Parts: sequence; structure tokens; C-alpha cells
Amino acid sequence: MAGFELFPPPSLWDNLRLFWQFEDMNVLWVLMGSVLLGMSASVIGGFAFLRKRALIGDALAHAALPGVMMAFLLFQTRDPLIIFIGALCSSFIGFFLIDWLPKNTKIKADAALAITLSFFFAIGLMLLSFIQGMEVNNKSGLDKILFGQAAAMTEGDIKLLGYVTVFVLVTVVLFFQKFRLIAFNQAYARTLGIAVNRYELLLALLIVMSVVVGLQLVGVVLMAAVLLTPMAAARYWSNQLAHILIIAALLGALSALISTQISYLAPAMPTGPWMVVSLSVLFILSLLFAPQKGLIKQHLNYKRLRQKVAEENVLRTLYKLHEGHPFSHHHFTQADIQSFRNMPSSCLQNTLKQLCKKGLTECTTQGFTLTPEGIKKATQLTRRHRLWENYLNEQAALSPDQVHQQAERIEHILTDAQEAQLQQELSNSQQDPHGNQIPSSVPSSIQSPVHSKEGGGRN
Amino acid sequence: MINDIWILATASLVAAACALVGVFLILRRQALMGDAISHSVLLGIVLAYLITDSRALPIMLGGAVIIGLLTAWLSDTLNRVGKLQSDASIGIVFTLFFAIGVILISLYAGQIDLDQECVLYGEIAFIPFDTLHIGGGGNLNDGFEIGPRAFWAIAVVFIIVLISIIVAFNRLQTVAFHPKLALSLGINIVFWHYFLMTLVSMTTVASFDAVGAILVVALLVIPASSAYLIAKSLKTMLWFAVGYSQASVAIGYTLAYQLDSSISASIAVSAGVLLFLTIAILQVQKWRQRHKKEILNSHHKYNRL
Amino acid sequence: MKQTNPKKSTPPLSVSNLSMRYHHKPVLTDVSFEIPEGKTIAIVGPNGAGKSTLLKGIMGLEPIMDGEARFFGEPLTHKRLAIAYVPQREEIDWDFPINVFDVVLMGRHGQLKLWQRPSKIDKEIAQHALEDLGMWDYKDRQISELSGGQQQRVFLARALAQKARLYLMDEPFAGVDVSTEKTIIELFKTLKTQGKTIVCVHHDLNTVGEYFDWIIFINARLIAAGPVEQVLTKENLNKTYGGRLSLLNDLTETMYRTQLNKAHDGD
Repeated sequence: MAGFELFPPPSLWDNLRLFWQFEDMNVLWVLMGSVLLGMSASVIGGFAFLRKRALIGDALAHAALPGVMMAFLLFQTRDPLIIFIGALCSSFIGFFLIDWLPKNTKIKADAALAITLSFFFAIGLMLLSFIQGMEVNNKSGLDKILFGQAAAMTEGDIKLLGYVTVFVLVTVVLFFQKFRLIAFNQAYARTLGIAVNRYELLLALLIVMSVVVGLQLVGVVLMAAVLLTPMAAARYWSNQLAHILIIAALLGALSALISTQISYLAPAMPTGPWMVVSLSVLFILSLLFAPQKGLIKQHLNYKRLRQKVAEENVLRTLYKLHEGHPFSHHHFTQADIQSFRNMPSSCLQNTLKQLCKKGLTECTTQGFTLTPEGIKKATQLTRRHRLWENYLNEQAALSPDQVHQQAERIEHILTDAQEAQLQQELSNSQQDPHGNQIPSSVPSSIQSPVHSKEGGGRN
Repeated sequence: MINDIWILATASLVAAACALVGVFLILRRQALMGDAISHSVLLGIVLAYLITDSRALPIMLGGAVIIGLLTAWLSDTLNRVGKLQSDASIGIVFTLFFAIGVILISLYAGQIDLDQECVLYGEIAFIPFDTLHIGGGGNLNDGFEIGPRAFWAIAVVFIIVLISIIVAFNRLQTVAFHPKLALSLGINIVFWHYFLMTLVSMTTVASFDAVGAILVVALLVIPASSAYLIAKSLKTMLWFAVGYSQASVAIGYTLAYQLDSSISASIAVSAGVLLFLTIAILQVQKWRQRHKKEILNSHHKYNRL
Repeated sequence: MKQTNPKKSTPPLSVSNLSMRYHHKPVLTDVSFEIPEGKTIAIVGPNGAGKSTLLKGIMGLEPIMDGEARFFGEPLTHKRLAIAYVPQREEIDWDFPINVFDVVLMGRHGQLKLWQRPSKIDKEIAQHALEDLGMWDYKDRQISELSGGQQQRVFLARALAQKARLYLMDEPFAGVDVSTEKTIIELFKTLKTQGKTIVCVHHDLNTVGEYFDWIIFINARLIAAGPVEQVLTKENLNKTYGGRLSLLNDLTETMYRTQLNKAHDGD
């Protein structure tokens, strides 16, 4: 692939343009190959991730090294297929070892991974240093496998990459249902009569193949990330496995695109690290910005909830104040509200502003009062609060103080259906444990308290 | 000849220090964290050098420890806050750090005398030529030559590790065996966790020069695993681990000499071979015991008839 | 420690408004009780009711959301030396290279500083503890070689070696053989004569009245707590095991899921 290396960059923009014009077919082939790799590795890595074996790609990649060296030694060729088969064999032996060790010795799963990874890699390095001492042709470039170098790939390499990755993707699509079931609940799958072992073997084969075929592009050390990171990032975007895998594939493809681009612009640099860096960036972006599960969204939701809680609390306090002055159209000041509910002044001010904007309260120079809309909402809230207090009192044997504290929170999330259920289950739905009237669901105006026991409470 | 001695001495210390620390990694099921830290410290070394423009040992150790602790902490945070499973958290953090390290090396190739490949598997055969001088000021050829830099690096770390383990033995044992009990006894298990990670970081970076990243993992995990299989107490496990590691050095060095291959790789391979030998012997024992039991059982049946 | 007038007013354990959760599930809500000194107390409830979690919470092994626990009137950190905790057996790594004697010796570490080694006295205490539980002959065995009942005895010996005033045990009778069960009961009797208090999570309703003086019924909330004669009633059993309060638990779960509790307390 001489053409790839002979492009000295006249300027960055010129190069970018050239890249996207695909004038150099080699570039196009490498790009396609790496995109396919990104997609297949991330999809099959997703299944490894689900089986709690996120780092198996790491071990298998390292385990492939002796196979590569042996294939070269035995056949004195760099034919892609032969190297591939050699790598496949030793990687598979590694896979078997990772499985066997915890089952038959005291050694635990994590140690088994680390042992396989380092032992096989050491064998590979021994063979490599042996080969480098030998007088043979074709031996250069074998060490490119450590960090990956797109520029060093031949046409044969890329063809093989294409075939294998397409095979992996197609197989996953075909067997998706079975794979998913086995990943989720292996024992159950067995009881259904599914030949679990055969599918496990197939899955293992696919993982090993994906890892081995990607080594030239990404390198041994960083292959783990290509399997693991897309899936980890995609998880933040969806809850359905099929969607997650598709997103993972897209992320893999995107990072392949970016890293190939960079590798083209700077041929001296290894490709693998750039793919990992772009994947990590995508991961961080997903972690922060994904809708629903992203951290930023969660934080915003939380803020919104706090505001809702504050508003509803103020509404109820106004209701209570109104209860104390039944037949007058009274305006209450902030201080009045604060005497019943302990809230920092700034927070109270903001909340009242919001309520006024929403038309639930009326803000005048004399103070604050509930609008008809506000009365409706406040009544509903108070009703729920007091019903709930009754429920806790009857069913949970809590003291009135404890009851009040609980109800303060639950009232914000009671649905209509639950409210109706409460009403049904209670024997007393007229008064709460403090003796306050429970308003009926269709208020015309705010009713006056009938019996207000001593210490009617701060509700 | 003298070079051989330095090489052997360095290798022995590296293997011993890694074995000691590795025992605790194995017992606490944190082998993968050891793998992760040994990759991440590359970034620590590179950054330390780029920022301070010095290859002084304390600087390197400092950079390594900072990045090592950062790796452990970030992995844990990703696990807690990002709700990502723990092995995935570790994987994402260390591959990113390692990738950045490699990119930095590649960008500043002229200024750092770290080669990408060297970083991975080191070359212990070269260390005698990179010697420490004291008393000579900045000039490399003045002063008194006291031996290879790598040797002194690992010697210092080995002593630190040894003393730590001796002094805090009971604590480390309780925390490794039964963290919940330790917690209920009022022991600060978070502190001890990061203490161990600090030891791992220091050991890793000191071994880097000699054996490189991947092989550090081998020396951390493999001799300790062999010891795990046969030890009956924590103390003997530590002894066995060091013993296995020294045997690996001896065999590995001879092998490398015979086959003319990388010394560090040979040491790691020998460690693995010893492990599998141990496993094989234990399996044979198990098989023999089962066979004996079967014979006894059939005798019983025969006697009952 | 010389014991002059036993303070009747400071119970060995008093829990107030304890709430704990696991992810969004309300495991325990508003649990409050006080236990008397020198008695054997059982914590009883259906599976998943939060019994083990209660113990772990008051021992500081799992995070508490709300409320507190006090030991002899003081927080846990001031009274650690007076409390011994025996966990469930499943939580141990049985492959750890360690023998029986060293496990029991571990109980003495609460008293030791970082660099201190166990002294002769510590070793004697460990020996007596093992003898009390009939495990002295096994002192050099690897723990992986022990049966379930033997393992339980070793952990009880370790707790005994701590020389505590309050013993918290998580299902000590689970999966043990008859002779071990008898040994444990004898141990309880001995400890009681020494004025110690024992709190156990217990799973077997058939034996609870026989082995224990007090019962605490838990099902995500406190149902009842008191002497066996008063509290072991059909009504309480019904309330604990009857599967009610589902609406309550559902809503509490929703509350946690939306982080309502934090949003509420923010103002």
C-alpha cells in the first residue's frame, strides 16, 4: 500500500479534502474495513459485556500473539489467511484456559484472565524476539500488531477483514434471539431445550474471530476497548438490547471513521490509540448527555422535581392559611407562609413567582392568595395528604408525627387511581389523625375546620 | 560478567516485589486492577517527564502513583455514579490512559527516550548501560558510578513494599480476608485499598524499565497464583510467591541465554510454566485420591457381600 | 472493666427512625426500638424483609439513609470494642489460606494498633474461645476443610474472643447440624449469665420462642418488639407475614426512584 504512505501533507485542509474524495482506493478500502471492524467488534463485544466478561477482549487479543508468530515461523509467509488461522487457534486456546482455570482450580475468574493474557503474550514476545534474530524475509512489520497500523495493511488483509466482519454481523443478526436469551438467563434457556453449549461455542468463536481480525488495525493492547467501550456508551441511550447494539455499532463505525482519518493525516502514528480516544470521547459524551440516563439529564430532572415539590408545598400552606380565615378573601404575606412552613426566603420568593406565572396564585401588593385554579389544585393536594395520613395511621401503626412526615412526601406522587384506592381502603375518610377535615374531591370553596384538636399540627 | 549480575539482581528484585504485591491482588480479586494500573502508569511517566523535563526517580514514582490512584478512583467512580459494571469501568479508564500515553510518546518522540515497544516489554538487557551517577552534577560521565538506574529504582520500591507488608501485616490480612469484619472493627478499608493501589503503582513503574507493562502483569499475577494453590497461610503464600518468582527468574534467564530471546519474556513464560506444572501436579494428586477412594469403596462392597 | 452500677437507662442498642434502601427499593423505613441488656433477642420476618440489612446498617456496613443507632447510649464509633458481629457464612472467601486459630485470633485486632502483634494473652483468649465451642482440636485446619457447622463455630469463637458486651449475629443457626445448634444454645446461656446481650437474625419460627427472650418483628417496617410472651401473637404473625402494606411499599419505592425524598428535604 505504497500510495498510502507517500502523501506528505501539503496542508491539513487539502488532505481532508483528498481523503473524502476517495481518490486513493486504498484509503477507501481501509476506511470500509475499519468501519466494518468497528461495527462487528462492538456488537459482539456487547454480548461479552452482558456476560460480565467485559475484559475478555483484552485477554483474547494478547493470547493471539503466539499464534501469529507460530504461523509465521511454520509457514514463512505473511499470507493473511494463514496468520489469521494461527492467531485464531492460539486465541481459542486462551479462551478455553480462561474458562477452565476457575472451574478446576482455586484460581478465580479475574486472575484467570490476567494469567492467560500475560502468559500468552509473553510466549508471543519470546517468539517475536526469536524471529527478529533470524535471517528471514518478511519479518518486518510483525511488531506493528502491537499497536496497529492501518498503513501497513495489504489488500489481502483488508479483504479478510471484510469477510470476517460481515460474517460476524450476519451471524449475530440471525441468532440474535437465542444469544439474547442465553446472555440473560442461561439456566432458563437450557430448560427450554436450547442447545446452550453450541451457542456458547459459536459466541466464543465470533468473539475470537472479531478480536483476531482487528489486531492489525487496532493492535493487541487496545483491542479490548473496541469491544467494550461502544457497548458501555450505548447503554446510556436505550433499554432495549436490539437498539443498544445498533447504537454500539454506529459508535464503533464513527470512531473507526475518525481514527482512519487521523491515521491518514499522520501516517507515522499508530491507529489503535486514536480509535480508543475517539471511543472514549463518545463514551463520555454519552454518559453526560444521553436523554434519560445521561447524568446531565438526570440532574435537570432532579431540579425540576424540586421545583414542583416547592410549589405544591406552598399551595398547601396557602390552603391551610385560608382554612384559618374561612369567609374572607384574605391576602397572606411571605411571613405568614413562613410561619407555617420553614422555607428560605429566596426559595419562597421564586416559588411564589412561578405560581403566579402559572395562574395558581394572585400576587398583589397586599400579599398572596389562591386563584380559583389554585384552590382546585391545593384542595386536591390537601385531600391526598390527609387521606394518606389516615392510611398510615390505620395500617402502619405510626404515631401522628411520623405520619405527618411521611405524608409530606408521598402526597406529591399519589395518582388519582391510588387516591381512589386509599379512599376505599380507609374506614375513616372524613378526618385526618390531627382532626382536620379531609376535603371532598369536588370543592366549591374552602371549608372551615369542624373540630380542630389541640395542636392541630403543622400540616 | 558484571552486567549479568546487575541484570539478574534487577530481575530478582522486580520479580520479588511484584510477587509480594501480587499476592494481595489475587486474594482481593483485583488482578484486573493490577493489569489496568500497569498500563496506566505509562501515561504517568510520560506526563511527569513532559511537565518536569526530568527523569529523576522520585518524579517518575510520583507521576506513576498519581495516575495509578487516579485510575483506581476513576474506575470506582464510573462504577458508582455511572452505574457501569466494575470490570467495564476499569477497562474504559485504563485503555484511555494508555492510548493517550502512546499518542503522547508518538507526538514527542524526539524528546522522550521511550519507545512504544520498549514500553510494552522493556528490555532488561540494556539496563546496565543506563547507570546512575552521584556527585557528578549534570555531567553524565563525572561522579561515581553506582550501578544501573533501574536497579536502584526497584531496590527502593522493594524495600518500601517489604516494610509495608511486615508492619501492616495483620491489617492487610484482615482487610483481604474479610473486609466486612474489618469495617465492623473500625478499620478504614478505603484507606487500605488505596494504599495497596499505591504499592502497585510504584512497583509497576519501577519494573517498567526492566520488563515493560505486559510482563509486569505476568509477574504480579502468575507467581502469586502458584502460591495461592499450595499455601496454607498468608505468610507462607507470600514466601511461596517470592520463591516461585525467583525460580522463574533463574529458569527464564537460562532459557533466554540458550534461545537468544528476550530475557523478560522468558522470565514470564517460565513463571507460567511453573504455574501449569503446579496445577498439573495438584490435578494428579486429586485424581489419585479419587482413585484411592474408588478402590476403597469397591473393597467395602466386596467385604459386604 | 469494673462494672459498678449497671446503667439501666442505657440500653445496649437503641434504634431510632432507621431507614435504609437498596437502589430504589425501600428495604427498611422508620424502624425504631430499644432492647434490654442481658437478654437474647431475635429479629424475625419473612425473606427479603430487611432483617440482615438492619444488622448491617447499624454496624455501619451498609449506608443508612435516615435515622441512627446507638450502642449503650453512644454512636458505633465510640463503642466498637463492646460489640461483636458475626456475619452470614456465605460472605466469606473459603479459599483464603488461613487456619482456624488465626481466624479466631483476628477477633483480637480491634484492640490492637496497626503495628502490634497479638500477645500471649490474646492467644490465650483465642484458645479459650475455641475450647468453649469445641473446636480446639481443629485449630490448625484450613477453613476450606470444615463443614458448615464447624465453620459457624469458628466464627462464633472469633466473636467470643472479642470479649464484647453486645453480640450481633446474622442467622447463626442457618444450615448447622444438631450438635452445633446445641452448642450455640449453651453458649447463649453462658453469655447471658455473664450479663451479655445477644441479638440474632433468626429464620425459624418454630424455635424462636424457645431460644429467645425477646422478639422483634420486621417486615420493611417495625411490626412489634417486646418479650416473647407479649409479642408472639397470632395478630403480629399475621401482620408480619401477611403480605399487607403493598401500597405503602410501592409508593415509597416510587418516592426513592424519583429522588423525591431528596427533592423534598432540599427546602
